[in-house]
Amino acid sequence: MKSNFKVFLKGIIDVSPLMIPVVPFGLIFGVLAIDIGFTPIETMAMSLIIFGGASQIVLLQLFSGGASSLVIISSVGAVNSRHLLYGAVVSEHLSDLKLIWKIIISYFLIDQAFAISNEYLKKNKENNRYFHLVGGGATCWVIWQSTTFLGIILGAAIPEKLGLSFAVPLTFLALLVNDFRKFINVIVIIVSGLVATFGYNYIPFKAYVIVAALAGLFTAMILTTKNKKA
Amino acid sequence: MSNWALILYCGLITYLTRFSMIALIKKEMFNDRIREILSFVPSAIFPAIIFPAIFINDKGLFEIDDNPKILAAIIAMVIGIFSRSIIATIFSGLASYWFLIFVV
Repeated sequence: MKSNFKVFLKGIIDVSPLMIPVVPFGLIFGVLAIDIGFTPIETMAMSLIIFGGASQIVLLQLFSGGASSLVIISSVGAVNSRHLLYGAVVSEHLSDLKLIWKIIISYFLIDQAFAISNEYLKKNKENNRYFHLVGGGATCWVIWQSTTFLGIILGAAIPEKLGLSFAVPLTFLALLVNDFRKFINVIVIIVSGLVATFGYNYIPFKAYVIVAALAGLFTAMILTTKNKKA
Repeated sequence: MSNWALILYCGLITYLTRFSMIALIKKEMFNDRIREILSFVPSAIFPAIIFPAIFINDKGLFEIDDNPKILAAIIAMVIGIFSRSIIATIFSGLASYWFLIFVV
């Protein structure tokens, strides 16, 4: 059996290529948070407490648009619902662990760490295989905190004219690159986008994110059912 | 609600979505159908952020004429589809946006 440290190290090595896009993402988050009016300490606290790029950017976007706290929190919850899937998938590998380890690993269960460790967990059956997930998650943690910090510092130096807030839709667009090739996903993307755009001023409480997401999921539900019958 | 309370609640809900399945749920409770639907979550929710940020201006108005963000986003999307690279998508979009507002 490999030592815990070796498995941890393997996690770090495997996740490294996925860290490249995290760097600009973290910088943009730091710059924007300061731009919107959060203090440097609040901005740092967001990355430490929430530790989720998409959640944090959604928070900023809705906060700057004047959404209520309840809408912001439920939108963040909706964005995070994909983690339910990750948790359900990895839980079978973690079922024998002590509760304290489940508590720790949950904090590190992020997109990138899930993507690489899911493969590793499936192929390896050693009892300490979960150290791979901890290694990947910890690597991302270090990158995310340090780039947030850099963004906070750079924030003051970047002129507003550059329109860096445009990096928000671009970042989310980038997270969908693989979905643009799938027909049903493209339909879901269009439905959700149109509902959000045209509902922006009419759906109360800025709940357009949630309404659009539900419309998108409903569309996916209908289209995937039809696909199977055909 | 203060900024601090907002940050704490957002952190709590993010953590709970990660923790709940690991701690409470047995995998049998997740059938293939639910997995399939959940796999569409990014496609269903990210456009709700993307589209308004491109088409709706600071004043909350729909803007389609004279809006460089539309062309820049299309360029980024095309680059993204062909490169499958997150970083190339972001930078091609930003570069074309800057080109459109500063040069053209």
